[in-house]
Amino acid sequence: MAIIEQPRTNVALPAGTGAPALVTPKEAKGMFARPVEPKGWRDWVFTVDHKKIGIMYGVVAFVFFIVGGLEAMLIRLQLAAPNGKVLSAEQYNQMFTMHATTMVFLFVMPMASAFANYFVPLQIGARDVAFPRINAFGLWTFVAGAIFVNLSWFLGGGADGGWFMYAPNSTKMFSPGHGVDFWAFGLQITGIASLTGAINLIVTCINMRAPGMSLFKMPIFTWMIMVVQFLLVFAMPVITVALFLLSFSRGFGGAFFDVKQGADPLLWQHLFWIFGHPEVYILVLPSFGIVSEVLPVFSRKPLFGYKFVAISGAAIGFVGWGVWAHHMFASGLGPISVLVFSMATMMIAVPTGVKIINWTLTMWGGKLRFTTAMLFAIGLIVEFTIGGLSGVTHAVAPSDTQQTDTYYIVAHFHYVLFGGAIFGLFSGFYYWWPKVFGRLLNERWGKANFWLMVIGMNLTFGPMHIVGLQGQPRRMYRYDESNVHARFWNAISTVGAFVLALGILCFIVNVVITHRSKNPAVKAPLDPWDARSLEWMTSNPPPAHNFDAIPTVHELDEFFHRKYAVDHETDEIKQIATAEQIMAEQMAHAEKDIHLPSPSYWPLVVSLSLPIIGFGVIYSHILIAVGALVTILGLFGWSMEPSVATKDDYEPPAPTDDAIKELTA
Amino acid sequence: MSTAAVAEHGTSHDDHGGGHGHTSTGLSNNKLAMWLFLGSECLLFGGLISTYMLYRGRHVKGPGPDQVFSIPYTSVSSFVLLMSSLTMVLAVAEAQKRNIDKAKLWMTVTAVLGATFVGGQVFEFTEFYRKGLGYTTSLFGSSFYTLTGFHGVHVTVGIIMLMATVGMLKSNKVPGDKAEVIELVGLYWHFVDIVWILIFTLVYLIPA
Ligand code: HEM
Repeated sequence: MAIIEQPRTNVALPAGTGAPALVTPKEAKGMFARPVEPKGWRDWVFTVDHKKIGIMYGVVAFVFFIVGGLEAMLIRLQLAAPNGKVLSAEQYNQMFTMHATTMVFLFVMPMASAFANYFVPLQIGARDVAFPRINAFGLWTFVAGAIFVNLSWFLGGGADGGWFMYAPNSTKMFSPGHGVDFWAFGLQITGIASLTGAINLIVTCINMRAPGMSLFKMPIFTWMIMVVQFLLVFAMPVITVALFLLSFSRGFGGAFFDVKQGADPLLWQHLFWIFGHPEVYILVLPSFGIVSEVLPVFSRKPLFGYKFVAISGAAIGFVGWGVWAHHMFASGLGPISVLVFSMATMMIAVPTGVKIINWTLTMWGGKLRFTTAMLFAIGLIVEFTIGGLSGVTHAVAPSDTQQTDTYYIVAHFHYVLFGGAIFGLFSGFYYWWPKVFGRLLNERWGKANFWLMVIGMNLTFGPMHIVGLQGQPRRMYRYDESNVHARFWNAISTVGAFVLALGILCFIVNVVITHRSKNPAVKAPLDPWDARSLEWMTSNPPPAHNFDAIPTVHELDEFFHRKYAVDHETDEIKQIATAEQIMAEQMAHAEKDIHLPSPSYWPLVVSLSLPIIGFGVIYSHILIAVGALVTILGLFGWSMEPSVATKDDYEPPAPTDDAIKELTA
Repeated sequence: MSTAAVAEHGTSHDDHGGGHGHTSTGLSNNKLAMWLFLGSECLLFGGLISTYMLYRGRHVKGPGPDQVFSIPYTSVSSFVLLMSSLTMVLAVAEAQKRNIDKAKLWMTVTAVLGATFVGGQVFEFTEFYRKGLGYTTSLFGSSFYTLTGFHGVHVTVGIIMLMATVGMLKSNKVPGDKAEVIELVGLYWHFVDIVWILIFTLVYLIPA
């Protein structure tokens, strides 16, 4: 199955010179040839370019946002009126479990990966990530895992144990279908994607920075991403253990959660939340990073206390490990543990508060421009603060004992997740769209999108505080008409959910009209926002090699400092260069000999072998062996393949340097 | 889940554009990635060991640790595994002196010692099974086999990595710095050995 490709160097070789001396790909590899310069869809599927991978992460994640959103709409429809008949109790259980799983693992996390993949190398002035093929592997593994989890809908019903899947409730005895099996193995697969991605990005941040960029000159978004990747490296293995214990209990009869055998039901809870609490910071810190980029640009001021924001991000990441048991106050931990975790939880509010203050002071006295990106960033500050405040009330353990498992909790985490994570991501969409696609999203549709989302989310989740404090239990699949309060507020919540959905629809419409529009005004100028960081120091969208010349960094906000300087006589900030001039300067010094990593089949092969193993675990153990064999073969192929294609990978082989020299001499 | 990642870092050379000496910190990308991966593995084994320790002495039926363990036998196989770390050190030392042939030899010896250990573990498991300790018998059975099984799989992956590296060195298919590849395999190997020392002490030596 040799794939015929054109040589990159188009030097016509006269018959008889050089060519026969070269080895053909068959001889060189003994296997099929490498996709050196694929076209069309193959250009995307076999790519190792961090920008294409970032875009694909984003597209797939957005599809799952819609899936998770539809699941949420079904939940809200069921609860719109008393005695809802939209879903049965079993379906309801599956719906909220899969809604949460989809939103957390298949939307927010991969969407953060999309931003991280695309922008981290650009922000640190690198040509790609440290391990481009591992990057491709991460993408396809995530896609494989995401599809795997959702296949359960068609193969006997989704998982139904709630997103934290407490065992023993999730063991075979209480959840006999295959839903939980798909869930456990699917998350295992997406976990591999997160782990490899995390290692890759940390090495990238640490090792691939442009000359002169010390850690404290790194853009704040990259900082937050780095903190998140450290959290992932240490949190993923813990959930891996938990998922293995669950799978082994269900598949092979392990006794881990069998209370009759003396098992401790708290084992799962501890393992899950040791992962789970860092996980909530994994969800929200990338968005913090995004708004920390957006606010300074649209306030025309540097980020207030950059170092504080960076360090408090790291502090949140660190303290985040010490608070897991605040999810378990009601489980009988004992008074001392409850006290300790309660204190730790209140402590974590401090670095979070520091951030909110920093953002506010960034805007203070700035020349604010209320673009959609800015509105979403401000929206995040407000909504996240509300969520943070209700969060502090759970930190007080006696208060939490009253609130736990009520809609008050549901309200809290939607304020922090929707108002925090999602608003940040949307801010990022509007801010970076011109960078990625070279087109500006429409501001009018953008504002409609923003306002509908803000109103929608407050209508949906605001009333949940009230019904929650009145005792409406979480995960309740219906209620009867006697409860007047519940009827009123639940109806409002459902209306709110539709407003929210309308807001998201505006975003989709915005994307479609922006990309359909023939109006030249949608084409983004080089520096549409008068931005500050390195990713704007290249064309929109950037070329495959990112920068014609790798910039040398002297300042935090390097791009800003190249454009502006203080006039010493008047003490005013004056523009000294335009973005176009800076680009021209770069092009004048363009590096000639750039070797980019080449596309490869192997990441895809290895990724696709994993769900085969998954089916094996669930249906037939023979498939485990088949899948493992494919994995090992894939890894062999991978490890023997150099990152950058050699000349003999081309068909016909590209002429060697010597041959070219001879010819051009 | 570890398999994929291990072989990945052990043998791949993706560090384009930032090869040795060109990175911001001067550390090699591959080595940094391996250290991060091993950091992650610490928590994997941390979780498994904690599970075992939590369930120590809680089994309600079937044999307990003192009825199945044979400390002299496992001490010998642990010693074999420890020796394999020594031979791995020798392999890395030879590789750094550019004696790739000798390095290949020591790596083969390491793999053989590792295989002896895994073989011993398989034999031990069958013994335990004969004495009535199945995977589903008790909390002890489940958590013991899971913990030591995971470790055994890690050793096996290490053996595959060693043999694959030897094979690739033979046919000259290792892209990039050979000594570094051997060093990376070595890092992984030592890590797996250290984990065994922990397991041996906590599971076998300290009486329940
Ligand atoms: C599109 C708007 C959304 C709506 C209308 C919505 C609605 C709901 C509702 C009503 C529940 C409670 C179900 C119950 O306890 O019976 C729920 C649960 C949940 N949602 Fe959302 N949600 C939305 C978006 C999100 C997002 C963006 C995330 C995360 C990033 C998220 C994460 C969760 C989680 C973790 C649960 C808990 C599920 C469980 O109890 O296991 N939701 N959602």
